[in-house]
Amino acid sequence: MSCLQTISDYAFRSIGYGPRLLPKSDITLCEQVTLIGSGMLWNIYFGVLALGFGFVFATLLAVAKNTPNPWLRKPAEWFMFLFRGSPLFIQFFLAYEMFVQLPKAGIEIFGLTLETGNLTRAWAGALIVLFLNTSAYSAEIFYGALRSVPKGDMEAADAYGMVGWTRFRRITWPTMLRLAWPSYTNEAIFLFHATALVFFSGFPAWQQKGDALYYASYFAEKTFNPFVPYPIVAGYFVVLIVIVIGIFNIINTRLNRHLPLERRPKLRFKPQIIR
Amino acid sequence: MFASCTDPSTLDGLNWLACYLTTGKHVLFYKSFIVVLTLLAVTAPIALGVGFLGAMAARSKVAPLRWFGTLYTSMVRGVPDIVFFLFVPLAMDQGFEWTRHKILCPDWSEPIRQGNDFLVCSAAKLPLGSAPQAVHEFYGFILAVIAFSIVFGAFAANVLSGAMSAVPRAQMETAEAYGMSPRQSFWRILVPQMWIYALPGLSNLWMILIKATPLLFLLGVEDIVYWARELGGAKTSHFDYPHPDWRLWYFLGLLVFYLAFTKVSEIVLDRLTTRLSRGQATVAGEQMRKAT
Repeated sequence: MSCLQTISDYAFRSIGYGPRLLPKSDITLCEQVTLIGSGMLWNIYFGVLALGFGFVFATLLAVAKNTPNPWLRKPAEWFMFLFRGSPLFIQFFLAYEMFVQLPKAGIEIFGLTLETGNLTRAWAGALIVLFLNTSAYSAEIFYGALRSVPKGDMEAADAYGMVGWTRFRRITWPTMLRLAWPSYTNEAIFLFHATALVFFSGFPAWQQKGDALYYASYFAEKTFNPFVPYPIVAGYFVVLIVIVIGIFNIINTRLNRHLPLERRPKLRFKPQIIR
Repeated sequence: MFASCTDPSTLDGLNWLACYLTTGKHVLFYKSFIVVLTLLAVTAPIALGVGFLGAMAARSKVAPLRWFGTLYTSMVRGVPDIVFFLFVPLAMDQGFEWTRHKILCPDWSEPIRQGNDFLVCSAAKLPLGSAPQAVHEFYGFILAVIAFSIVFGAFAANVLSGAMSAVPRAQMETAEAYGMSPRQSFWRILVPQMWIYALPGLSNLWMILIKATPLLFLLGVEDIVYWARELGGAKTSHFDYPHPDWRLWYFLGLLVFYLAFTKVSEIVLDRLTTRLSRGQATVAGEQMRKAT
């Protein structure tokens, strides 16, 4: 079987298109590269969606933690403590066990029936956990940035007569993002790394549709040779991370476009947070 | 454990629970917490040492050493740590066995890699096939320690090399003015002062290390996650203590354990920061000087 044939067969195996059976014997390098690459689709799916939803929720959490009202502040603090203080791996297990206990038929809320069956599947269940987890970590970053918004910026906003929503949207929020962006880039990178945990933590890979690391460990088990599949995963991740950093760099430039070139903060990737 | 526990079917309520929580398997579960704490206690100093060597290598004047140091420290940035946790133990195991095979069985003619198999002579097996179960478990634990030390050593190297360059240049210039050699000024001036700059990063790393310990489960060590799954699974009436699926409660217990552990660590590390800030040329150190 030629390599092109393999690619056309297995390129979308991870999302259910292609032969049911995975290669079992005489595994070629081409098959490994194709299937592991196909698994990367899941890592991208989890990373992009969790990051997108998480960004919005994290902003809300950070603002809630920054308010003097204890009814808003305390829940936000507890939420962040819960998700930042415990391992993501345990969160996955716990969430899975919780979703399994939900009634199969769905839950009735205000006459609407909520589907619960999907929650035990990785695409919905693990996404929720990743979303909540990244929200908590990003919220801490945003909160720190909110606290360090320069006093002068706020005074200038006062001088212009800006209050409430206008002031938040035009002064506080953009400055917060500008300050938080380098750390937030790290958070994004570690979120993508964390997506590799999904299929090792309770959530079953239904019909062997898994992520990149799932296929890599499958191959390592079948060939008993870890020196091929794991470096392939590593290579794919390095490429993904380079792309992520590139995108975040573009946004960083956009956020700081009012500054002269040499004063714009550079994005430096220094790992500080993972779970 | 208790005398009253001999016939569990007659028990109920709190008595049942007391007997249930002290079964032999539960004692193993509690012991696995010690495994986790041992891993932390062993890995943290090794990783710190590896990180120190890595940071020194990355700053070295010898080019190949510097390249190696830079490659090592940047390795963990792009690749998820879990890939290393899956890869390193397997690779180390095969590496050890391959080396032993070459030394112990030099007249072995067949290739080691036969298709999908990795075959070494039985004398080169690690641990030996005849070894007791405890040795196998210990060997697995050692592999886990190596994997954790490599990954966290790289993180620590990042933190420490940052801290080394954060020590004010004037301090090093003063050392030079006193006529110290580069080696002397490194050990007498740079190293004692770098810790306060390294501490925020190292505290963070400690938290990360705590939160990475459940990954032991993936390395095949019988750790707390293993036992939580094992004990929590539904038990039919064939068992002494039948119960439905209780894994949710066991994992909730683990969650509380980790939350408490990270909270306590946070408090201790905060105190340590205060202690180490004393007499340092930083904002915190200056504030303490003025306060007294």
